[in-house]
Amino acid sequence: MLNISGINEGFVLDHIQAGMSLQIYHDLKLDRLDCTVAIIKNAKSNKMGKKDIIKVECPIEALDLDILGFIDHNITVNVIKGDVIVEKKILSLPKEVHNVIRCKNPRCITSIEQELDQVFLLTDSEKESYRCKYCEEKYINPNRRV
Amino acid sequence: MRHLMSPLDFSVEELDKLLDLANDIEKYPEKYAHACAGKKLATCFYEPSTRTRLSFEAAMLNLGGSVLGFHSGDSSSASKGESVSDTIRVISCYADICAMRHPKEGAALVASSKSSIPVINAGDGGHQHPTQTLTDLLTIRSLKGRLDNITIGLCGDLKFGRTVHSLINALIRYENVKFVLISPEELRIPDYIREDVLKANNIEYVEMEHLEDAMPELDVLYMTRVQRERFFNEEDYIRLKDFYILTKSKMELAKDDMLVLHPLPRVNEISVEVDDDPRAAYFKQAQYGVYVRMALILTLLGIEV
Repeated sequence: MLNISGINEGFVLDHIQAGMSLQIYHDLKLDRLDCTVAIIKNAKSNKMGKKDIIKVECPIEALDLDILGFIDHNITVNVIKGDVIVEKKILSLPKEVHNVIRCKNPRCITSIEQELDQVFLLTDSEKESYRCKYCEEKYINPNRRV
Repeated sequence: MRHLMSPLDFSVEELDKLLDLANDIEKYPEKYAHACAGKKLATCFYEPSTRTRLSFEAAMLNLGGSVLGFHSGDSSSASKGESVSDTIRVISCYADICAMRHPKEGAALVASSKSSIPVINAGDGGHQHPTQTLTDLLTIRSLKGRLDNITIGLCGDLKFGRTVHSLINALIRYENVKFVLISPEELRIPDYIREDVLKANNIEYVEMEHLEDAMPELDVLYMTRVQRERFFNEEDYIRLKDFYILTKSKMELAKDDMLVLHPLPRVNEISVEVDDDPRAAYFKQAQYGVYVRMALILTLLGIEV
């Protein structure tokens, strides 16, 4: 068993779909933080068979976790303070996401208008589908767990 | 301040009020002849359009206002690389209200978010064309006397035809409206209209390929043009452009009081021999387009007569 020590303050993101941890690392912009990050890939899981885990040692206000709900709201987020879990966050689909995905519609104004945020609005929480705020192009999360 | 991006921006009650105002303008045009004196409409058209632009300009002139604007992206600062956001900030300093047409979808929404004057979406790519929908609704309501309890056939390019998408979205809010969607396989209605609009709201609809089969059932037939500018591939356009041609003999299959509408311009899809048929309402429709734009300008500027 690989042993990675606990953290004093930060997050443990558990039950990440195997193979998704690096994408989450980038989407949470963890590469820009000057802190300790442990990525555990293909850990054994009773529930999922295999899973990824990310441990981040950082002040808890340093991360915007809304985006995690968009990537996969089934991820378990444990908030750690003083070496103990102080909170388990329930993730939900955010009503809107900014600059996480790009609109692929070549006819969309976002394809030419400089400095325009890429904004997607939640239109169907059951199907986890979003639409571009501007052209209404549909986006369905490819990592959706059915 | 209010903008118009989609026909659904107005509730059914607000829409009724707007259409009532348009009908009043039709009846008593002189009452409104100076309603917008001293006001300016900017028509910002980044792609060519004859009737939409001219009907906006005619509407403002009929109200005693004046107009300024540009008629293609090449003749505006867009050709120098200016963003829509910057352009509208500048136009806001020159005019009291703006009608914008742009080939990119969502352009008018971007403009409205930065504008200090009301913005009317006069067409954004294949996305929305709300004033055409208001025109269509006014035409149907004025000539049929109702917007509920109708069977409407939509024929031609249902895939890229933004007028069709907007009209469906607007009509589902009325009771007992049935849709007959007539198109070749390649130009069928997009799935987001079929799934998220028609099926999601339990609206009765059928899809078919032959116009003749649909004709006897229809109260309104809405013809559309296959638009060259929506195709990336010229071959596809040539193959599909004359798929439907409404002729005198096809009109014989229709009810005596069926209306034929078309957002215009027409190319080959309605034979000129149909023009003299009393059921051909597409030129009246163009006239209603002016009345409804007059009503819209008054409403968005908050002018009461």
